[in-house]
Amino acid sequence: MKADLPLIGLEGVAKRYGAVEAVRDVSFSLPAGARVALVGHNGAGKTTLMKLMLGLIRPSAGRLHVLGQDPAEGAAETRRRLGWLPENVTFNPALTGRELLCFFARLKGEPVSGADALLERVGLGAASRRRVGGYSKGMRQRLGLAQALLGSPRALLLDEPTTGLDPEVRQGLYSMLSDLAEGGTTVLLSSHALEELEGQVERVVILDHGSVVADGTVAELRRLARLPIRLRLTLAGEEAPEWFGPAGAVRQPGPGFFEVSCTPEAKMELLRQATGDRRIADLDLLPPTLDELYSHFLRLRQEAAR
Amino acid sequence: MRGVLLVAGKEIREGMRNRWVLAATLLLAALALTLTFLGAAPAGRVGASALDVVVVSLSSLSVFLLPLIALLISHDAIVGEMERGTMLLLLSYPLARWQVVLGKFLGHLAILAVATILGYGAAALALALTGPAIAPASWQAFALMIGSSVLLGAAFVALGYLVSALVRDRGTAAGIAVGLWLLMVLIWDMALLGLLVADQGESVTAGMLDLLLLLNPTDAYRLFNLAGLADVRMLSGMAALAGNSALSAPVLLAALVGWALVPLLAAAAVFARREL
Repeated sequence: MKADLPLIGLEGVAKRYGAVEAVRDVSFSLPAGARVALVGHNGAGKTTLMKLMLGLIRPSAGRLHVLGQDPAEGAAETRRRLGWLPENVTFNPALTGRELLCFFARLKGEPVSGADALLERVGLGAASRRRVGGYSKGMRQRLGLAQALLGSPRALLLDEPTTGLDPEVRQGLYSMLSDLAEGGTTVLLSSHALEELEGQVERVVILDHGSVVADGTVAELRRLARLPIRLRLTLAGEEAPEWFGPAGAVRQPGPGFFEVSCTPEAKMELLRQATGDRRIADLDLLPPTLDELYSHFLRLRQEAAR
Repeated sequence: MRGVLLVAGKEIREGMRNRWVLAATLLLAALALTLTFLGAAPAGRVGASALDVVVVSLSSLSVFLLPLIALLISHDAIVGEMERGTMLLLLSYPLARWQVVLGKFLGHLAILAVATILGYGAAALALALTGPAIAPASWQAFALMIGSSVLLGAAFVALGYLVSALVRDRGTAAGIAVGLWLLMVLIWDMALLGLLVADQGESVTAGMLDLLLLLNPTDAYRLFNLAGLADVRMLSGMAALAGNSALSAPVLLAALVGWALVPLLAAAAVFARREL
């Protein structure tokens, strides 16, 4: 396979369940080593897309290829190099974490020693000989993550991977994912918690009612959305500088605090003014969050639909 | 094949962990031992081999119990895993759907076989240790009874899978399984008897009756064990029926095997088409 060929590609993919159109006309491609977030509300089609990529379901229309194959063919070699963490992953409660992971490792044709190493890596080493029935939600999630990482996958599909994880484990997960991406693994993850994706993914695909409403890097989406940038200023004294008004909309969240919103183009001018002014004691730059971008694109779409 | 064996191994391990194996073995052993010693007391006087009596009473018991145990462990096998979400993850692995069905079947069959052999074997062992020597023919009848009991279980495991592959939720699967058990184990024979009495031998020929008996795995099993073996036949009161029937032991065994294979293949085919 050529190196420049994307690992995962979708062309006009649609999936209907009876009258319900779960996914419609979705096209995007993910190169090797990309870290991409699939963002959308419940029922936007994130899980359906992942199931399509895994070949668990067949598209009603369009084509998709994963690791150079049509996933619906279910080629063993393709599946061996794919890792998937389902949303709300469940396991048979009667078996221990180690037994389950060894079972999954053997299914992928991997040595059992790899399973032990992975259990340590996700922090389940001590609990590996306990039954999964007694695991907490976070521990099940970590076991799910471990099975997804089996056999050094070339593409990882993680459906809501951080639900139920402690902040510490969550950070550990993201650093693990960035290591994997460095090594050339494509990571596609879906999430609700947009603020934590900031800085963890390089690209965001926003889905709404089964279709893509925006696709690009966070910076590109910011540029497209043209949402106001906020400047939070702390005053040294009482008096508000006179240039506040003309610069943009002003809000006062607390005594001595001001928030000035401005267009992306006006940002540098405003910054120069603020840094040159001795009445400003402190300054924070707040670019639009992913949350704001997300609601912006959804709003755009709803307006277009009307 | 490797995938099939891995799934089978996991199923056996789960069965042992869930105490299914233990519960089924203990139940079968307890009932078998009770029947053995209750039945041995009068039989000792009339000179019938004690083990032959055991074969008759145990096969009458198996007809009720093994289908029940088999349906209990199998009705949930596919739909239950679908509902819990474990099936989806399993299918994302390099494993075909028929491999999952076959693997589970082998696992469940092994659980059933171990329970039957240990449970009934305990009764035979107790008899061999306490009573007079047992003729080789009786041992053979006993071994055939255990083997056909496992086959009967296999048929109902396969039927349970077919139900499990067809329905959308576990409750429905359980309901159909109970209905299937009632139909096959109780209602069928009563209906057949009613038919024969009402018909007075006018239109139902012996061939038709044979066919109706083969259409139910429990009847095939019953005929095989109670009428198929000469010494046992005298004891079981099935001599008259067996005399009129053209069904030989191999035909009956083949029917049982067919009852295991056809629903299993159907279950695999239905599951392969199922939308996940």
